[in-house]
Amino acid sequence: MIAKHVKNMPPSGIREFFDLVLGMPDVISLGVGEPDFIAPWRVREKAITALEEGLTSYTSNKGLLLLRESISDYLKKEYKINYNPDSQILITVGVSEGLDLSLRAILDPRDKVIVVSPYYVAYPALVELNQGKVLMLETKEENNFKIEPEKLSLLLKHNPKAIILNYPSNPSGATYTSSELKKIWNILSKKDITIISDETYDQLSYGQKHISFPSLARQAKKQTILLNGFSKGHAMTGFRVGFTCAEPEVTEAMTKIHSYSVMCGPVISQVAAIEALRAKKEVERMKSEYIKRRDFLVEELNQLGFSVSLPQGAFYCFACLKKFKLNCLDFAKKLLLDEKVAVVPGVAFGKKYQDYIRISYANSLDKLKEAVIRIERFVSGL
Amino acid sequence: MDRILELLEDNARISIEDLGKLSGKSKKEIEKAIKKYEEEGVIVKYKALINKDKVKNNQQVVALIEVEVNPQKDVGFDLVAQRIYSFPEVKNCFLLSGTYDLLIEVVGADINTVANFVAEKLAPLSSVKRTATHFMLKKYKEDGVVLVKKEKNKRLPITY
Repeated sequence: MIAKHVKNMPPSGIREFFDLVLGMPDVISLGVGEPDFIAPWRVREKAITALEEGLTSYTSNKGLLLLRESISDYLKKEYKINYNPDSQILITVGVSEGLDLSLRAILDPRDKVIVVSPYYVAYPALVELNQGKVLMLETKEENNFKIEPEKLSLLLKHNPKAIILNYPSNPSGATYTSSELKKIWNILSKKDITIISDETYDQLSYGQKHISFPSLARQAKKQTILLNGFSKGHAMTGFRVGFTCAEPEVTEAMTKIHSYSVMCGPVISQVAAIEALRAKKEVERMKSEYIKRRDFLVEELNQLGFSVSLPQGAFYCFACLKKFKLNCLDFAKKLLLDEKVAVVPGVAFGKKYQDYIRISYANSLDKLKEAVIRIERFVSGL
Repeated sequence: MDRILELLEDNARISIEDLGKLSGKSKKEIEKAIKKYEEEGVIVKYKALINKDKVKNNQQVVALIEVEVNPQKDVGFDLVAQRIYSFPEVKNCFLLSGTYDLLIEVVGADINTVANFVAEKLAPLSSVKRTATHFMLKKYKEDGVVLVKKEKNKRLPITY
């Protein structure tokens, strides 16, 4: 009954581990891919008011105009890029839908897509579901998990249709400086390639101000589908609101698919998102809290013998555990069973990352402290 | 505000070590800064925020009292305020704009104690024109901390 290309998708190698975590009570979880903050009150309050006012119907396919206008303003202010709210912005059900729409809109069967690893799990999976082929571009710890331009040039010889960028990155926390991005753009600009730039964590960029890919050059903007949303920076994962920004022709194509598959994003969430764009202070407060936690955790982990470079964004450390001579799955399983601390094995983000685990610091400082005590006890017994 | 002050305001019991990690300063720098803040009266006191409703055998009532007073020539409200905040029963004392002047918080063993304080000590002061006593029934939030049911994030323990 199942379609061949779905059937052929390899199952996640760590689902069993996930089930183990989900079945265990009282775990300190450093395995979570979402903020521990609850959405800011002013955002929730808007959603409640919207319900009271009876806002319970569909919106236009592209999403509420006021939200699209607010996003357009935000991008103009933050990155000096201009997107027309009428023809270039589409509200999606989370960034996940934006990613799926981008691939659906541009891929023909067997088109190649460059995925940078360690990658967010949905990238290769969605490329394959859309019958594309993944070209893996591996990055290494010694380069802070950043793209090596030479390697990128080599892969471009296979004439990929698209590349998916994600910075700040889940799981590595890597992000790029302006000159690094310009180098990447210089290479890509020589090709007719679509850049799908997933900038979900743009608000959580720590060392420097985030640089949005389409802001690099006029042509870069033309070739880019920018993906973003409200889940991470605004702690609104459950609201499911994201957006895409692209050339009118691409936006039109994505809107077509979106209008048949999901019709429109949930109206209450869209209303809440408008308010979220005004909640700058709340985002800043969460950000400064993440920095505190990151600084604490990275120092502790390095002292315990992990090798972790300081992540420049998002809320993850991608820690190397070579020293402990256990592969990531065994390490994660044993750590969970012995000390009830959950982390995500590195292989979830690319098969080359056997020696890594992803540790999320989207947790209170107290919890992180307790986790460090437990991890210390665990590694000293190895 | 200085990072050290922010961290201390949030948790007065934070160790010098953690302060160092979180502020990026050395132990010496932090000790020096804290000493200076204490001397300058920027840091006034280190205290715990206690939810009295949860303390066993805690028979205590809290009242907020509005006080309207006659300000005095040259010194304004300061002397009258001093006269009032010097009573040990007065825990907090603020000068406000609006329909009355001072808002004071008084803590006593029971309603009678507080009522007696008002009747015998506060109201008879010649500079006090009028008082209105409000007994506190329930504390929902204090110093930015919600004392009743805490909001909990209902995240799944593991996600990508």
